[in-house]
Amino acid sequence: MRRKPLRIAALATAALLALAACGSDEDTGSGGGGTVSEADVQAALDKGGNLTVWAWEPTLKEVVVKFQARYPNVKVDLVNAGTGNDQYTALQNAIAAGSGVPDVAQIEYYALPQFALAKSVDDLKTFGAQSLDGTFTPGPWSSVSTGGGVYGIPMDSGPMALFYNKEVFDKHGITVPTTWAEYLDAARKLHAADPKAYITSDAGDAGFTTSLIWQAGGKPYKVDGTSVTIDFSDQGSQEFVSTWQRLIDEKLLAPITGWSDQWYQGLSNGTIATLATGAWMPANFVTGVPGASGKWRVAPMPQWQAGGNASAENGGSSLALPAKGGNKELAYGFVKYANADEGVQIRLDGGAFPATTAELKSEKFLGTEFAYFGGQKANEIFAKSAEQVVSGWSYLPFQVYANSVFNDTVGKAYVSGTTLQDGLNSWRQTCAKYGTDQGFSVK
Amino acid sequence: MAVARVAIRRGAARRSSPRGVTRRRSLVGLGFVGPFLAVFALVFLAPIGYAIYLSLYRDRLVGGNSFVGLDNYTRALRDAEFWSALGRVTLFLAVQVPIMLFIALLVALAIDSGRLYGKSFFRVTIFMPYAVPAVVATLMWGFMYGTRFGLIGNINDAFGVTLPDPLSPDLVLASIGNIVTWEFVGYNMLIFYSALRVVPSSLYEAAEIDGASQFRVIRAIKLPAIRGALVIATIFSVIGSFQLFNEPSILQDLAPNAITTYFTPNLYAFSLSFSGQQYNYSAAVAIVMAVITMAIAYLVQLRGMRREG
Repeated sequence: MRRKPLRIAALATAALLALAACGSDEDTGSGGGGTVSEADVQAALDKGGNLTVWAWEPTLKEVVVKFQARYPNVKVDLVNAGTGNDQYTALQNAIAAGSGVPDVAQIEYYALPQFALAKSVDDLKTFGAQSLDGTFTPGPWSSVSTGGGVYGIPMDSGPMALFYNKEVFDKHGITVPTTWAEYLDAARKLHAADPKAYITSDAGDAGFTTSLIWQAGGKPYKVDGTSVTIDFSDQGSQEFVSTWQRLIDEKLLAPITGWSDQWYQGLSNGTIATLATGAWMPANFVTGVPGASGKWRVAPMPQWQAGGNASAENGGSSLALPAKGGNKELAYGFVKYANADEGVQIRLDGGAFPATTAELKSEKFLGTEFAYFGGQKANEIFAKSAEQVVSGWSYLPFQVYANSVFNDTVGKAYVSGTTLQDGLNSWRQTCAKYGTDQGFSVK
Repeated sequence: MAVARVAIRRGAARRSSPRGVTRRRSLVGLGFVGPFLAVFALVFLAPIGYAIYLSLYRDRLVGGNSFVGLDNYTRALRDAEFWSALGRVTLFLAVQVPIMLFIALLVALAIDSGRLYGKSFFRVTIFMPYAVPAVVATLMWGFMYGTRFGLIGNINDAFGVTLPDPLSPDLVLASIGNIVTWEFVGYNMLIFYSALRVVPSSLYEAAEIDGASQFRVIRAIKLPAIRGALVIATIFSVIGSFQLFNEPSILQDLAPNAITTYFTPNLYAFSLSFSGQQYNYSAAVAIVMAVITMAIAYLVQLRGMRREG
């Protein structure tokens, strides 16, 4: 009997085991401050070696095949360690443990500042990455250049557009909305005509909400070094709140979480009629919603001001070099191949949306007809959207955390009497508290 | 510890023997327990020690790592989110555990009664959910809970009714309770059933001779016989409730607005360290939670054992 408390202690210990296994190490930072020349990178590529790449971008698979054919001595191990936050969790875990860190990792633009600030990823200026400035469109390039460094090479970009189910629109005689006010009317009309159909699905998505505020001209986040301002009371945020509150109040949004089974089914069977998202979506339509091929079309984003032409970025990611990874020269060689050199065309052929200026302007790219969208030249709309992205947006240097608590706070507005504005305010408070804890000065 | 104590006691009993022999004997004993102690220290004590060490520091994005003493603990004790998580699992414990153990007991008694046709079939069927990994079970139930394409949706369509959404904020805890009950009734049933199997049949024979009814047999023989098993099952359930993690963590994808990042203490510790990189504070939360769990499990045990005496 006396042994029993010990057993309980042992059981409780098991709970702590998992936690202790991932404790934080002192960050040793990136080794060596010297610059690496292009010749060094080329020499490393010729010499070869093993490279571990963590990415979920589907078109990279083909890039790896061609890359290995070009540099036969290099062996690339492409690992899908999860999408988005799941991968960051695994990556942060590996970085904290100091082992199993990949040599190259895919990191979305919104998450990059957090990794850069913690010095978890290398400043690629060491490799002369700043010379790639003009190669990429301004939006993605400014996303990877934070705090005076270049912390990743843009892989794709997500200028927003409105994807809509033409069949559903035609059936109910709905015209494609050009403003968000028209969008609201379309939502009402559609739901009245078919109570099972919704204009779109939204169960509270941080990336989507911030993108719409961005498009409306809101600038809730201002970051200057370690001083951060969070404020959802500016005009842009307010415009989003008033329209979206009405969509919520009138129950015009399908309460379906993005990327779930129900979501794919909704996109497929016409119960989710539109989707405002990034230009990287077509490839996902083709693979995830094959049944609705030919029904969907692309339109420019509805505007907050009638006659306006504002757009925003949604998603998009870069390839970065984790500081604790190895094979730096080789890793940079791969990243440059995939995102700035031959890899770009390989990924375009696979359906990705580029972040490079040359490809965005090429006739071949703009003239591509999408069979999925009934032969529409959708890239023309995307490319135009890329030019119209509202400038001056910035994410928080701890946006990964901020997005993780979005549903704790703003999410309440979708399932209870809390208003969207109250939700945003409590999101602001939670983020401010975290920022202060982390040593930022938050206003 | 227990082994060491036995060794000491044996040494004391032989105090009459020459001193040298005793010393050699205790050294020999140490040689036997040494490997165990080394592994024990490495895999049990070291992680706890490391977690405690972590919990005394604070690593910030700006400003780096610094020693903060017990700051993380005072913060945890004043953290409304932590207490709301603890409140939630306590409610879960108070409602779900009694229901689950009662059902398990009922099933164990039914199977043990010998009046059930297809006894081993039922035993296996009821135990089966325990063999399904919790992750798979939760995913499965998650699909069934779906109001659009899931079982609930199908029932709504078939009968033209509108059942409440099991994944809404008000009902999600009950829905999780349902999953956990489904998973663990069989496991607890097996604990009770095996305790019932060791009751000597002579007791039943005596009861029969005395003309005792079945209910009398249950009350006077069976229940007292499995009191120890009941205590053990309760302790396991207490720990299980406080460590609730898999089910809410998986359902979170389906109901992100209903299951917050601080839904249960474990989920909170997980979110803190993996989304917020607050490893230090997370370690403090985990330790506070471990202490609370141990205290309550110990209380349950004390109480259970006292009744036995």
